[in-house]
Amino acid sequence: MNFLNSYIYYIGAFGLIFIGLYIVLVKRNLIKVIIGLSILDTGINLFLISIGYISKGTAPIFEKVEAKLARMVDPVPQALVLTAIVIGVAVLALALSLAIRLYHHYDTLNLRKIKDQRW
Amino acid sequence: MRKIISLILIGVVAIGIALAVVNIPFGTPKTKVGNYYINKGREETGAANIVTSVVVNYRGFDTLGEVTVLFIAAVGLSAVLVTRKKKIERKIEPSSLVLNTGCRFLFPLILFFGAYIFIHGHLTPGGGFQGGAIIASAFLLIYLGCRGRRISETRTRAAESLSGLVFVVVGLIGLAIGGHYFLSNFLPKGILFYLFSAGIIPIIYIAIGFKVGSELAGIIDRLMEESE
Repeated sequence: MNFLNSYIYYIGAFGLIFIGLYIVLVKRNLIKVIIGLSILDTGINLFLISIGYISKGTAPIFEKVEAKLARMVDPVPQALVLTAIVIGVAVLALALSLAIRLYHHYDTLNLRKIKDQRW
Repeated sequence: MRKIISLILIGVVAIGIALAVVNIPFGTPKTKVGNYYINKGREETGAANIVTSVVVNYRGFDTLGEVTVLFIAAVGLSAVLVTRKKKIERKIEPSSLVLNTGCRFLFPLILFFGAYIFIHGHLTPGGGFQGGAIIASAFLLIYLGCRGRRISETRTRAAESLSGLVFVVVGLIGLAIGGHYFLSNFLPKGILFYLFSAGIIPIIYIAIGFKVGSELAGIIDRLMEESE
């Protein structure tokens, strides 16, 4: 039980990361590979956020002037993930547009078949 | 065969990461720099939201880089999609009255909420990136609900370029008259918890909000155009 309390978020985050990595390595459909990249991205964001957490901590936002400083979580990973989520969306859109172009060119999304026609 | 090799590879990586992570149990106290930001952030930047003061003030140059990455992704997407020559005019079936009216009613409200989020970025949970994403979701609603309506591409380009310019110019003014570094906070800090406080942080977050919103709206525009 103590083990679970200490590491459950890491297990979840790395579970997502490894699921994403497995999809990227194994699947042959390009759309599925992009979905895998998105899951990987989510797992990394979750891991960064869970590193910054302290037990029973609050968000690092002051509401009153005399607030308890010790119970606030680390703001640095949150600032990192804040921008990383939006950039993740943009990169996902870029990957999807590349997939659209590949589909128009080869009429398939199967990576194995696209590889055969490589010049 | 490929699955087995992948599983072995993932297992090796998992063991390595587990050995590294076991030394940092969940919920332990934060880093020294995080402590410094929490203890000194209010006096040094005047923002109640410490995450905002890290994003815009302490790591403002970093944020300029991240916004540039977003810009490059949007430009790359338009470069990839636009080069294809296609002019297939397809008849779009108009949406029903209820859907159309509902979208047109909700659109300004969502824009308003997005503006609220990025104007109050230094006081409440929120900021330019989140507000920009909300504004882009309003444009997505228009595209999905009121079929056939388009946003002007030149206007999103103009909003994007102007907001990027505001970011850089504010940073350069800070370099010139404020301190001795880029994006230094040269405006008065004001009183904590007031809307007009924290110097340049609201200005830069408004610029980021416009930039992110117009870039994501442009991405949605190009993807929807491709799908029609």
